[in-house]
Amino acid sequence: MTADILSTSLQLSMPEIILAVGALALLMVGVFTSSESNTLVTGLAVAVLIMSGLWLVVIGGLGPAYGGAFLADPFARYMKVLVLLGSIMAMIMTVGHAKNEQIDKFEFPVLLVIATLGMMLMISANSLISLYLGLELQSLALYVVAAINRESVRSTEAGLKYFVLGALSSGMLLYGASLVYGFSGHVEFPQIAHAIGGEQRSLGLVFGLVFVLAGIAFKISAVPFHMWTPDVYEGAPTPVTAFFAAAPKVAAMAMLVRIVSEAFQPIASDWQQIVVFISIASMVLGAFAAIGQTNIKRLMAYSSISHMGYALVGLSAGTEAGVRGVVLYMLIYMVMTLGTFACILAMRRREEGNVERIEDLAGLASTRPLMAVVLTILMFSLAGVPPLAGFFGKYFVFMAAIQANLYVLAVIGVLASVVGAYYYLRIVKIMWFDEPAGEFVPTAGELRFVFGLSGLFTLGYVLIGGPIGTAAATAAKTFF
Amino acid sequence: MYIAIVFLPLIGAIVAGLFGRSVGAKNAEYITCGFMGVSAVLSWIAFISMGFGGGEGFHVEVMRWMTSGDLQVNWQLRIDTLTTVMLVVVTTVSTLVHVYSIGYMHDDPHKQRFFSYLSLFSFAMLMLVTSNNLLQMFFGWEGVGLASYLLIGFWYKRPSACAAAMKAFIVNRVGDFGFALGIFAVFVLFGSISFDTIFANAPDFLNGGNGEPVINLFGLELSRQGALTGTCLLLFMGAMGKSAQFLLHTWLPDAMEGPTPVSALIHAATMVTAGVFLVARMSPLFEQAPVALEFITIVGSFTAFFAATIGLVQTDIKRVIAYSTCSQLGYMFAAMGVGAYGAGIFHLFTHAFFKALLFLCAGSVIHAVHDEQDMRRMGGLRKHIPKTYWTMVIGTLALTGFGIPFTLIGTAGFISKDAIIEASLMADTPLAGFAFWMLVIAAILTSFYSWRLIFMTFHGKPRASADVMHHVHESPNVMLVPLYVLSIGALFAGMIFKGFFFGHHYEEFWKGSLFTLPANHLVETYENIPEWASLMPFLAMAIGFVVAWYFYIRSPETPRRTAEQFWGLHRFLLNKWYIDELYDFLFVRPVKRLGTFLWKQGDGATIDHYGPDGVAARVQDITGRVVKLQSGYLYHYAFAMLIGVAALVTWMMFGSAIQ
Repeated sequence: MTADILSTSLQLSMPEIILAVGALALLMVGVFTSSESNTLVTGLAVAVLIMSGLWLVVIGGLGPAYGGAFLADPFARYMKVLVLLGSIMAMIMTVGHAKNEQIDKFEFPVLLVIATLGMMLMISANSLISLYLGLELQSLALYVVAAINRESVRSTEAGLKYFVLGALSSGMLLYGASLVYGFSGHVEFPQIAHAIGGEQRSLGLVFGLVFVLAGIAFKISAVPFHMWTPDVYEGAPTPVTAFFAAAPKVAAMAMLVRIVSEAFQPIASDWQQIVVFISIASMVLGAFAAIGQTNIKRLMAYSSISHMGYALVGLSAGTEAGVRGVVLYMLIYMVMTLGTFACILAMRRREEGNVERIEDLAGLASTRPLMAVVLTILMFSLAGVPPLAGFFGKYFVFMAAIQANLYVLAVIGVLASVVGAYYYLRIVKIMWFDEPAGEFVPTAGELRFVFGLSGLFTLGYVLIGGPIGTAAATAAKTFF
Repeated sequence: MYIAIVFLPLIGAIVAGLFGRSVGAKNAEYITCGFMGVSAVLSWIAFISMGFGGGEGFHVEVMRWMTSGDLQVNWQLRIDTLTTVMLVVVTTVSTLVHVYSIGYMHDDPHKQRFFSYLSLFSFAMLMLVTSNNLLQMFFGWEGVGLASYLLIGFWYKRPSACAAAMKAFIVNRVGDFGFALGIFAVFVLFGSISFDTIFANAPDFLNGGNGEPVINLFGLELSRQGALTGTCLLLFMGAMGKSAQFLLHTWLPDAMEGPTPVSALIHAATMVTAGVFLVARMSPLFEQAPVALEFITIVGSFTAFFAATIGLVQTDIKRVIAYSTCSQLGYMFAAMGVGAYGAGIFHLFTHAFFKALLFLCAGSVIHAVHDEQDMRRMGGLRKHIPKTYWTMVIGTLALTGFGIPFTLIGTAGFISKDAIIEASLMADTPLAGFAFWMLVIAAILTSFYSWRLIFMTFHGKPRASADVMHHVHESPNVMLVPLYVLSIGALFAGMIFKGFFFGHHYEEFWKGSLFTLPANHLVETYENIPEWASLMPFLAMAIGFVVAWYFYIRSPETPRRTAEQFWGLHRFLLNKWYIDELYDFLFVRPVKRLGTFLWKQGDGATIDHYGPDGVAARVQDITGRVVKLQSGYLYHYAFAMLIGVAALVTWMMFGSAIQ
């Protein structure tokens, strides 16, 4: 490796390097300043993320780095911007709540930065090894974050469950990766594709595929690898849940898209069957199980399971339009989820503290009309009511599926979204038509900022959809 | 000018209806009355310049409406003598009723709504009479139906008013069904629904086409003559509904639930005459369909008789007048049927004055005795409300046809009704005798029930409670002035316009807007009637008056004794020939039973049970099971993941084995 190649590699991975160095520096800042350093470190962490993002968008180049293990391409750039945005928003939301949730430790923002770094690596990973490294970096940070409130039994339980099951899924992924390596002889995605392209595919390779996909499916919480989601979402502190629901999903989905579109492109008919299966299972189970929930965080857990199912509909088409649908879907999903969690964080009463039951939203329309309007828009959007953003997300993935002749999948998806509409609309009904249950404390400015932004995006997607669609199309074109 | 006539009421309706709250009740009244008044003055100018000036009929383009294949429909106003006659009738009566309502509705809290509806009705009615194609006419036709529905149900808190409004709407729907089919049929026959095209092609219609069938209906092949007759009958079905002819008349008496000014405007002077207008307007078609005309004659003359018999025994002051309206509409249709279109329209014209007068007088009486409508609790009111009394007597004289025989001196009804009766005898149709005697008998009955109304209400001893009698008061001037104006019309309209509507100036007055076959010389020949027949209407009037006088003034015991003696007949008439009961048995109850069946069994037990409710219940079941899966135990979760992987691996293994 010559100095020339090294400098190119360093330049291409500069956003990640900024995050890595920044995280270490923040750790120092945290240790050497006074004990009340959480707010300062959070602010600096946001600054580091923004810096990384600016580099990515303004300076960042395209091309392979580190001998092909790391790849900077339009798809990676798009997904990284999403991840950074998701992390920044989630971090902003924690500012006011760190104290209430007893997560006001300076390690928290540092861990989020490290997790974000892991996600960026996952997105850019172009070989099985770098993929695993990125994934583990992200996961280890997230295990700690889930259990960050050491005082709370629920939080530690959530962290432990997540850790044990995450370890299991990592094991599966690693096992699958070794099988793939064993039967193809390569770890880099292009070489794998090249190796398995010519000959008859072997059963061992398919085993490897199943295990790799199972490991990744765990990260996007697709059925039947979703069981951790509701418990962790409910148990973890709400700001953590908000973070969990947004950026890591985007990163894991990006990883899945890349691995199936690049490494396993020659055996598309095999992975399509698996993706179709987990897609249907996720949509249906997510829709039905959410109806039975009384806790809004659990409900959002099932909602995200369901939405991952919809996103996978696009992927299972295996076409450029399908990937474009997935990419768009992840953006829209992330914005809606962050907005919804901002509203959930605003559910705070003077005497009871934070509340999480759906009934607590009763009569919100009369006590906090603005928030009720935003949450209503978000719920309608999550349910896929036109002309809101959520409708377009679903529209593009279902269109892609229909163009790929996956009619059954599309029909099941539409039916599942009908069932799903029930619980979203129930929240709307509770907010507008039920007797007020009691007033929330005034909403913090940063939360208003986040859900306001989210609501505007959702409402105005019709107007700004054009350029966003172009960006998504550029990202999707990478693979075709 | 013509656009102003038609659209000023619409502006009034919009202002009073949508901005009623901001302009206030008083202003809403002034605005609607003002616009209506301007419209009326312009209408009279139009009438005089069209009927007595030299101008031919013409069109006023408003705007394009729709084009679909061969069907071209534009918003156009057709201005000819027939239109201007109707314009005058509608706007004049409407203006007077608007003014009268200021007094009558004085204490009502929803005045803006009322005036808005009234103006909306006027607009729709004007649209109807000025239309230049059948579709625009249908628009006005439905518009007046809507306004009628809204106004009958104006006091929507009364269940009876709501029921009456619905009844009016539904019964009219039956007629409208026929009308719509008639319009379709006209389009099939003439390829257009524009009056210009239809009337231009109508005279030669029967001669074309080599006798081959033009309509094939379920294998029933209709020749041109048959198709034209069918079309005319369908159109007449619409007219029957709107004009409350026998079998479709049941809504009109119930419509009296609406405020009295509404009854005067809609259910006496204007809307109910729309059917007559339709037949007159379509006279080029009807003239060529003698079978349809015979049917119209039968229905018209029978309705005249039938409604009059029911009027004999009714005790509600407004219902008596309502049946009278029904009966007079029968006269008009009888005139249409025998080919005396001019006489029919003439009667429409005069009837509008005296029937509106009678209704408004009745309103004044009701106003005076605190919303009492039962004549059995009135009596002796003559001294207390003399102005109402005298105007009502004028109305009654006009309705019963008081005048000097063998001259042209008499009240409006005397001139126009006698013209119809005489024309019916002299008409060149096999039904002439039937129509003549029916109408003469109806005239006797008319005279009887009209004077009975006067005697029961104003003469004799007061039968109201002392408290009510103590408060009886004459109406304010705002209500009386319209009565005076209408009285003038009721007295002189006949004498002034006779020669133009149905007499020596017929041709130069109508200018072809009423079509008659060359063989139809009824305008000239009806004057050659035998003297005995010419005397009949007057005799009928006199007999009715004398009998009424004997029954209710001379010997007030007689009615009760007569009723006991002929109790069967009395009950039969009192129950309105049991038509409502018959309909209830034939249509209402089976439909209700069917509806209940479809609702309970079809919708509730089948669609809901297996549809929404069933699906929702299954969703709940599935949810319950799915939620149970989430046990909270770590090893369950890990197990599920392994099962998932195992299942996928198995699937891929067998899947690849199959491949």
